[in-house]
Amino acid sequence: MIRAYGLGRRFGERRVLKGIDFQLGQGEFLLVTGPNGSGKTTLLRLLAGLLAPTDGTLEVEIDRGRVGFLGHEPLLYRHLTALENLDLYGRLYRVSERRERAGMLLERYGLWEVRAEPTASFSRGMMQRLALCRTLLHQPELLLLDEPFSALDTQGAELLDAELGGNGPRTVVVASHQPERIAAHSTRRLALT
Amino acid sequence: MTGYLSDVAALARKDLVVELRTRDTVPAMLLFIVAALVVFHFALPEGSSRLAAGGMLWIALLFTALLALVRAFVGEREEGTLDGLLLAPCDRSAIWLGKTLSVLAFLLFAEAVALPAFALFYEPLTWELVAGVALANVGIATVGTLLGAMAAATRARELLLPLLFLPVALPLVIGGVGATLADEPGRYLAFLALYDLIFAILSWASFEYVVTE
Repeated sequence: MIRAYGLGRRFGERRVLKGIDFQLGQGEFLLVTGPNGSGKTTLLRLLAGLLAPTDGTLEVEIDRGRVGFLGHEPLLYRHLTALENLDLYGRLYRVSERRERAGMLLERYGLWEVRAEPTASFSRGMMQRLALCRTLLHQPELLLLDEPFSALDTQGAELLDAELGGNGPRTVVVASHQPERIAAHSTRRLALT
Repeated sequence: MTGYLSDVAALARKDLVVELRTRDTVPAMLLFIVAALVVFHFALPEGSSRLAAGGMLWIALLFTALLALVRAFVGEREEGTLDGLLLAPCDRSAIWLGKTLSVLAFLLFAEAVALPAFALFYEPLTWELVAGVALANVGIATVGTLLGAMAAATRARELLLPLLFLPVALPLVIGGVGATLADEPGRYLAFLALYDLIFAILSWASFEYVVTE
């Protein structure tokens, strides 16, 4: 499903990622670890197609519409409500019964009561929960999560744990500073230096 | 095709809803263009010709459009939502077209006030002027949205956009002023339509490369 050979990315003169080799099959769970600046976020953005590699090759055999990406930014419109944000992404991802799916996710992540409020009024933790709803809305086959536990409270972290636990045939790549949280779910590890 | 148009409609609608709630762009455009027309009215010597007035209108329209174009992608870049759109499986040109339509709507709002104000302060409106403005709007929105996306990726976006946009928009001013003032406005209107067509195709085809890192 994913093959990377000598994968690298430079930003101008600065080389952020160098010589990464790995293969990942369907249903595998890759935990990416490494110190700040080691290129975890860059790797995830490369996998999502938001960046193009400058060195090596990267093959992701999956349709862009089947990828779910949770980055440092929630990718949500602050002046749209939670429901309007999910409705917009549901349309763009051609989610069938998008309103029902959005409602189900908002309920699961404890945001149903605030569904009609603009997300500008949300706390950081609520935004992260809504960003998770956005990421999961179209039932992605490849899930790319960058520090997914950041800003989540205990309940939110438990919900995400449960989500990652019931992985099924979905392929997951998680970059995290808290590997102990993810270790139970992961089947592979990639340590960036 | 239906899916493409549905994406474009969803994206344009999103921009209009956000503008309706934030009122970031249109009120600034309205204030600017009305203020510019008032200032020009007093700056022009008594008894100035309709030639000068027509030129002033086009300058005001162009600089007002810059306000909308500068803001078109700034929010998307600053809040990172452009990444969300780029991740979606929709054709990336749909992002450009949705944004172009919302910019076009903002221009129409501003002109709905500016043109009556022009008629009040300067000259009565003619069909040639209105047709010229309508055609120029399309050109401004299509090429301006593309350049706005380019400029928004840089830190000096407020400086860069006018530097990129004004030279490319010069033919619009020439066509617009010609359509407003020349004896044979048809030639200039046809020129504006041709400009719109060429730059719409170019912008539509090249948007993906502008937003890909």
